[in-house]
Amino acid sequence: MTGGTPQAGDAGAVRPLVRVRGLKKSFGSHRVLDGVDLDVAEGSVTVLLGPSGSGKSTLLRCVNHLERPDAGFVEVAGEIVGYRYRDGRLHELPGREITRQRTQVGMVFQQFNLFPHLTVLENLVEAPVAVRGVPKPDAVAKAGELLARVGLDGRQSAYPRELSGGQQQRVAIARALAMEPRLLLFDEPTSALDPELVGEVLGVIRDLAVGGMSMIIVTHEIGFAREVADQAVFLDGGRIVESGAPADVLDRPGNERARAFLSAVL
Amino acid sequence: MSTSAEPAEAIGISESPHRDLATQRVIPLRHPGRWIATAVVVVLAAQFVHGLATNPFYQWGRFGYWFARPVILRGLWVTLEVTALSAVLGLVGGVVLALARLSHNPVLRTVSWVYIWLFRSVPLIVVLLILFNFSALYRTLSLGVPFGPSFFRFDENKLATELVVATIGLSLNEAAYAAEVVRGGILSVGRGQREASAALGLPRWYQFRRIVLPQALRAIVPAYVNQLIGLIKGTSLVFYVSLLDLFGQVQTMSSTYPGDVVPLLLVATAWYVILTSLVSLAQYWIERRLRAGERR
Repeated sequence: MTGGTPQAGDAGAVRPLVRVRGLKKSFGSHRVLDGVDLDVAEGSVTVLLGPSGSGKSTLLRCVNHLERPDAGFVEVAGEIVGYRYRDGRLHELPGREITRQRTQVGMVFQQFNLFPHLTVLENLVEAPVAVRGVPKPDAVAKAGELLARVGLDGRQSAYPRELSGGQQQRVAIARALAMEPRLLLFDEPTSALDPELVGEVLGVIRDLAVGGMSMIIVTHEIGFAREVADQAVFLDGGRIVESGAPADVLDRPGNERARAFLSAVL
Repeated sequence: MSTSAEPAEAIGISESPHRDLATQRVIPLRHPGRWIATAVVVVLAAQFVHGLATNPFYQWGRFGYWFARPVILRGLWVTLEVTALSAVLGLVGGVVLALARLSHNPVLRTVSWVYIWLFRSVPLIVVLLILFNFSALYRTLSLGVPFGPSFFRFDENKLATELVVATIGLSLNEAAYAAEVVRGGILSVGRGQREASAALGLPRWYQFRRIVLPQALRAIVPAYVNQLIGLIKGTSLVFYVSLLDLFGQVQTMSSTYPGDVVPLLLVATAWYVILTSLVSLAQYWIERRLRAGERR
C-alpha cells in the first residue's frame, strides 16, 4: 500500500470507502471548511445538509480534488486524493495521477454540465473510450443500457438542449455511471429543476441507492434524505455539528442551528 | 386600475351589437412616416446609381479594360498569398499566445501580455518599415546554441525578400489581435464544462481539444473573420515595403496612366469587395457547421 495513510489505527475493522480527516479550506480570508472528519462506508448513502455557505459543496468537491484542501486529507478506496504520503509528508501528485484517481469517483452537478456540442450518446461514450480505453462498440452498448436505466433509451442522438432539465440531469447521471465509478457525488442535483421534474431525478438516485451504489449527496430535499440515507450529516460554518442516523439527525437534532434550519425547510 | 374593471357599457361598448367582437381581427396601425422615409431613400439611391452609370468621370470602359489585366491579377495573387500566409501564421501564433496568457506559469503569462501590448500599440506600417530596414540592424541571422556555435547562417539581405518581410510583419501584428480573440473565446466556455470533464477524468489537453475548443470556436469564428477582413485590407500597406500587391499595382499603374486613376481605384475596390464577400460566405458556412446542439 504505497498510497497508504498516516493513521492505520483502525486495522481489522472494514476500512471505509471514504475517510475525511481534519479537512480545512479557505477562500481568501473566509474559512469554508474548518476541520471536517467523516467516514463513508462502501455501499452506503450519506447526505450532507446545512444552510448555504456551510461548506457542503466544498467538502464534496474536495473528494474528487476539484478543490485543493489547505490542510487535512481525503482518502478514497485507501488512496489519499491528490497527494502521496511519503517520509511523513504529503507530496502533490502529478496531473496524470489525479486524473486516474478521478475516474473512480463520478460527479453530478447542480447545473448538469452536459457537453452541449455533443449528442447524448457522445456525452456518454467520450470518457470511457478516451480514458479507460473501452472499445467504441462496447461503450455504445453500455450507454444504451445506462440510458434505459434512467428511462431515456432512444434519445441517444438528441442534443442536451433538446431535453428538459430533468432529462438532462438523468443523462448526467448516466454519464457519470458510464465510467463505472466506486463512488458517486451529487451536488444539489435537483436544485436547478422545476418542481414537477424533481421526482424523476430523485427516482433514479433512489434506484441507485437500492442497487448498493456508494453515494454522497448534497441536497435540500429533507424527505428524500430521510428515505434513502444511511447517514445524515449537518454542517454549519465549515464544521460538522450533527451526524448519525437520518432519524436522529433530522427528527431529533441536538444542535440549535440544525434545529432552526430543519424547522425552516420542513 | 379601477376604470378597467367597469362594465363594457360604461366605456361606450354595449353588449348586443358587438357580440361578435371576440371573433374580430385587429386592424394594424398605419405608419405613414415609414412610407415617406422609404420613398426618400429610394429616390436618393436611384439618383446615386444613375450618377454612377452616366457620369463620365467614372470611365466604366477603362474599368472594364483594367479589371482583369494580368498586371492587376498579379497584384491580386500577391495580396492573396500574403493574406493567407499571415492569417495562418497569425492564428497559430495567436493560439500559442492565448494559451500562454491563460497558463499557470507567470513568466509565460507576462511574456504573452507584453507581446500583445507591444504589437497592439505600434502601428502596422511602423512594424513593416522597421522590418524592412532590419538588415541594417542585424547583418546576419543564425540558428544554433545561444551565445555558442551556430549551425545555420543566413545573410539577412538575401533572406529578406519583400514577400517575407511583409508576411512576417503582418503575422506578428495579426498574432497579437488573434491572441485576444482566441482568449475571449476560451473564456466564454463556462467553468462547469471544464469541471465536468475533469470530474470524468479526462486529461487536461484532451479537455481543451474535445470539450473547450469546439465550444470556444463558436465565439472565435465571427471575431476572427472580422480580424481576417481587416488583414485583407491591411495588406495594402505592404506597398510601402516595395511589395506590389493589388493596391501596389493600382498605384503603379495610376502613376503611369494618370488619366485612369479613378477606374483603377474602382478596380481595387471591386476586388477587395469580392474577397471580403468570399470570406463572409465562408464564415456563414463554418458557423452553420458549428451550430450543432443549438437546433431546437
